[in-house]
Amino acid sequence: MTTMSAQEARDDGPLLTATGISHSYGDRIGCRDVTLDLWPGEVLGVVGESGSGKTTLLNCLSARFIPAAGALNYLLRTGETADVYAMGEAERRMLMRTDWGFVHQNPRDGLRMGVSAGANVGERLMAVGARHYGAIREQVTDWLGRVEMDLGRIDDLPTQFSGGMQQRVQIARNLVSGPRLVFMDEPTGGLDVSVQARLLDLLRGLTNDLGLSAVIVTHDLAVARLLSHRLMVMRRGEVVEQGLTDQVLDDPQHAYTQLLVSSVLQT
Amino acid sequence: MTGVDAMNDDDAPVIRLEGVAKSFVLHNQGGIELDVFRGIDLDVFAGESVALHGPSGTGKSSLIRLIYGNYLCSTGRILVRHGGGVTDIAKAAPHEIIELRRHTMGYVSQFLRVIPRVPALQVVAEPLRAVGIRADEAEARAGEMLARFNIPERLWSLAPATFSGGEQQRVNLARGFVMDYPVLLVDEPTASLDHANRDVVIDQIRAAVDRGAAVVGIFHDAAVRETAATRIVELTPAGAAA
Repeated sequence: MTTMSAQEARDDGPLLTATGISHSYGDRIGCRDVTLDLWPGEVLGVVGESGSGKTTLLNCLSARFIPAAGALNYLLRTGETADVYAMGEAERRMLMRTDWGFVHQNPRDGLRMGVSAGANVGERLMAVGARHYGAIREQVTDWLGRVEMDLGRIDDLPTQFSGGMQQRVQIARNLVSGPRLVFMDEPTGGLDVSVQARLLDLLRGLTNDLGLSAVIVTHDLAVARLLSHRLMVMRRGEVVEQGLTDQVLDDPQHAYTQLLVSSVLQT
Repeated sequence: MTGVDAMNDDDAPVIRLEGVAKSFVLHNQGGIELDVFRGIDLDVFAGESVALHGPSGTGKSSLIRLIYGNYLCSTGRILVRHGGGVTDIAKAAPHEIIELRRHTMGYVSQFLRVIPRVPALQVVAEPLRAVGIRADEAEARAGEMLARFNIPERLWSLAPATFSGGEQQRVNLARGFVMDYPVLLVDEPTASLDHANRDVVIDQIRAAVDRGAAVVGIFHDAAVRETAATRIVELTPAGAAA
């Protein structure tokens, strides 16, 4: 059903449109002249080596930075299009809290380590206006269950969890408010392979079932292949190639993409 | 009449290739350019199964991947009837190709790309779920297809990562044949299968042809080719399709 609703929404055009996004740090280029459309239900992977500008781009697309140049338009639930960089600070924060999610590579950047797992997830609901304790607790329990947390540990602090469990709490915190667009920065980076596989499967299921749109930054081509429909390859701040994920990986056109693909170890 | 207009008639081809060429440029190996083929024209109609035939290296698999949008078309047009219209795969945007694959075009190869932790039954049911079919119905049809390919029911709830190569191949075939796509691309589907399972593949292809699908396939085995194909198209190294 989510697939069908994503298709209906597709008639309205892209969910997010970025035009000419450029951002530099002094002399150093973060990203240069990036233009992209993200359609409802579409998962876009951004790959490239460290320093290729993919995290800078993610920060610009998610309005965590306002770049030096470029425009960002977002299709609101009302059907109106918002110019995100021109919005007032309060309005933009509200959008980022309600309609968007951001999953950091390091769960410590996305969680409050001093409050329980349940409170981390519930907080997000309260931020969008939920007040009824029972209802909040019920949704929190539901979401922690969906990310396969042991519900007996709902009142434990994140510091008592493994990295993989912390990451699952962070995902629940981001999805509990029903966002339409989620940004993820190396969501499985730094985890053991077995934990990573479990998390990837979870993310794949969630994006499929919820019809979420997502932008996922990763340096791991296997992660990109598994999660993304469309792929963007960045090098030195510029997009050197983009297209359907399996096409970019199986028939790469640009020298840099060919190098990346041929450098992956086969198992 | 050529191209898109000619394809809107009911008796028009389902797939039309016009002047299709493919070359690979290997930037990290001195920029060598490999021409796979040039000037391929081919019409495939509803209710036929076209076998691509020719020596190894003539680009049979590449041609199938081009039609699927997995390889980028260097020149030419790849027209496929989809959703009451015609899509040029060579020019379509990624979300259009995804949509077309979901509803119109299936691709069956020998190899399963295993998704960690997803049980075999869900792997097979996934294409049905993606077009909005309810979980119980999708799983029932997936189970039927797994049974047809002789995968014992005790394995259905397990992830295929731990299966033998032959079992993985059969899970992949079940996934490929579970949807009744109007266009079906098959690349050596019977390679290394035993006789019983080879016959299941042939039955599936013939059933697809009978319900009016357009099938393009590569069948190394001559006996399989004879029974699964209704027409044989020779690919030559020079690149002309008959």
